[in-house]
Amino acid sequence: MTDIAAPPLGRSVDHEPSRPEDRTRTRVDISAVPVVHTRHWWRWTFAALILFVVAQFGWSLVTNSRYEWGTFAEYFFSGPVLIGIGYTLAITAVSAIVGFVLGTIIALGRLSKSPLLSSAAWAYIWFFRSVPLVVQIIVWYNLGYLYPKLGLGTPFTTDFWIVEFPTVQLVSAFAAAILGLGLHQAAYSAEIIRGGLLSVDQGQSEAAAALGIPAGRRLFRIILPQAARSIVPNATNEVIGLVKGASVVFVIAIPELFYAVQVIYNRNSRVIPLLLVAVVWYTIITTILSIAQFYIERHFARGSARALPPTPLQQARRWVGSQWARLGDDPTPAGAAIRSTGKASA
Amino acid sequence: MSTISPETATSGLVEIHNVHKSFGGVEVLSGIDLTVQPGEVIALLGPSGSGKSTLLRTINHLESVDRGSVTVDGELIGYELRGEKLHELHEREILRRRTQVGIVFQHFNLFPHLTALENIVEAPIALKRLAASDARELALGLLDRVGLADKADAYPRQLSGGQQQRVAIARALALKPKVLLFDEPTSALDPELVGEVLEVISDLARFGTTLIIVTHEIGFARQVADRVVFLDHGTVIEEGRPADVLDHPKHPRTREFLAKVLN
Repeated sequence: MTDIAAPPLGRSVDHEPSRPEDRTRTRVDISAVPVVHTRHWWRWTFAALILFVVAQFGWSLVTNSRYEWGTFAEYFFSGPVLIGIGYTLAITAVSAIVGFVLGTIIALGRLSKSPLLSSAAWAYIWFFRSVPLVVQIIVWYNLGYLYPKLGLGTPFTTDFWIVEFPTVQLVSAFAAAILGLGLHQAAYSAEIIRGGLLSVDQGQSEAAAALGIPAGRRLFRIILPQAARSIVPNATNEVIGLVKGASVVFVIAIPELFYAVQVIYNRNSRVIPLLLVAVVWYTIITTILSIAQFYIERHFARGSARALPPTPLQQARRWVGSQWARLGDDPTPAGAAIRSTGKASA
Repeated sequence: MSTISPETATSGLVEIHNVHKSFGGVEVLSGIDLTVQPGEVIALLGPSGSGKSTLLRTINHLESVDRGSVTVDGELIGYELRGEKLHELHEREILRRRTQVGIVFQHFNLFPHLTALENIVEAPIALKRLAASDARELALGLLDRVGLADKADAYPRQLSGGQQQRVAIARALALKPKVLLFDEPTSALDPELVGEVLEVISDLARFGTTLIIVTHEIGFARQVADRVVFLDHGTVIEEGRPADVLDHPKHPRTREFLAKVLN
């Protein structure tokens, strides 16, 4: 125990530091006094403001009859809406797979030592990032106008003597949507994947090569799992973008979620409640993807930290456990600390 | 100094002839000739930028050469002599030949997303040398040999630098290389962790594997090497038994370097 003369807690410290009675009064054992943390008044102010706005909005949701929650409930699980969700999910999934597989290939092309391959990959990314998605989808859908027939045959002619298809049959609306979204996505994925691959230390690839591990396995077993740490957050962004990007395909009349609600509100004029149906469904899908992202990131974080951060479930369990333990013993040290803090600052 | 018996080591002969290598117009290796006998332990010394690491890396073809040849037991690692020309081999064949030569890096380069055990079994399984269970057994044996039997399931980041380097040595040994290269194996370690790694390397020196060690640990070189090779500006300027080269250096640059590192 070291008794030292601590400066008084009051404001007078700088003005009259040498008043003897002040000194004796403030002679405290600083190893025993409680700590008072800084109060962040602006944080409290903004938190209160945000709570107020949220509460106001919540109140309006309940009281404003124009939201027509009855209509919302009526259509939320209706057939066309559910079929629309099916289309949205199918388009998202297929174009995400096309986008990421093609994107990986293009990323590897970009990193290739062959100048031809890397410039071809660069040109692909340049082109597909330049053309607006809607334009691309419409062009794919109308490909039959440019090329009425597709097939294999003599090069530089339209003599398809091996196989021949009418384009309209080959590129259905669904195929046009997948082509548009997938090829568009591939350009963005390629850059994300390339960034991820570049973030892995060169020594990793070298060590694997020195051990004689073949190139394919080097990529899939050594490099990509490490690159995934920086790829996954961006990739999830892209997939979530695709879920909503899929709503663009309403231009070629595919009955996905957004198209489905448009058809319904064009018929019954209940625009807002039906848009809300779509909004809530999109939110649900995004929520599920975000949860998946958490666990995928956790999976790829293996070995990156000494201990993995706990999952929300583990956190909740730990919190309940600690609260339970606190109930058990009384008086609690935390309680005592709060009491003495109160006394000291008073 | 030859505590190992070269007659027991029958393979691991490294022959380096007239090796040249430039990086962007700067010649890093200018005609290196060096023969390392099976089971011999070589310490490569020299100031930084003298080409030690580059020379080491040409031995397992992590670095290609501009001219000259490197053979292990008479076999070229990265090339094949066809007619009058050296043809660079295809990746697959280079990888196969390269497994005769293991390397331990300055910064360990363990795979951080794999446990110590997984790091070691990776190559034998990838090359289909061993079944998973046999590879596991081999790896546990190797971990025991480097004194880390209890760390099989630890990830590299959960290990100290010295432990990581010992896992890296075990990983290199898993392919049973004839030659083992060490690229400044203790330079990235805290001083108190250097000893444990050097101990493992001295242990290997007794088993008849050819070891070529780039190091700045003069005391260690004296203790473990059969021969010390001194490099400067991409050429071998002096070589011989540690006692001769380290205590009675002939070349002025060797003298200058030793004076610097020994003080």
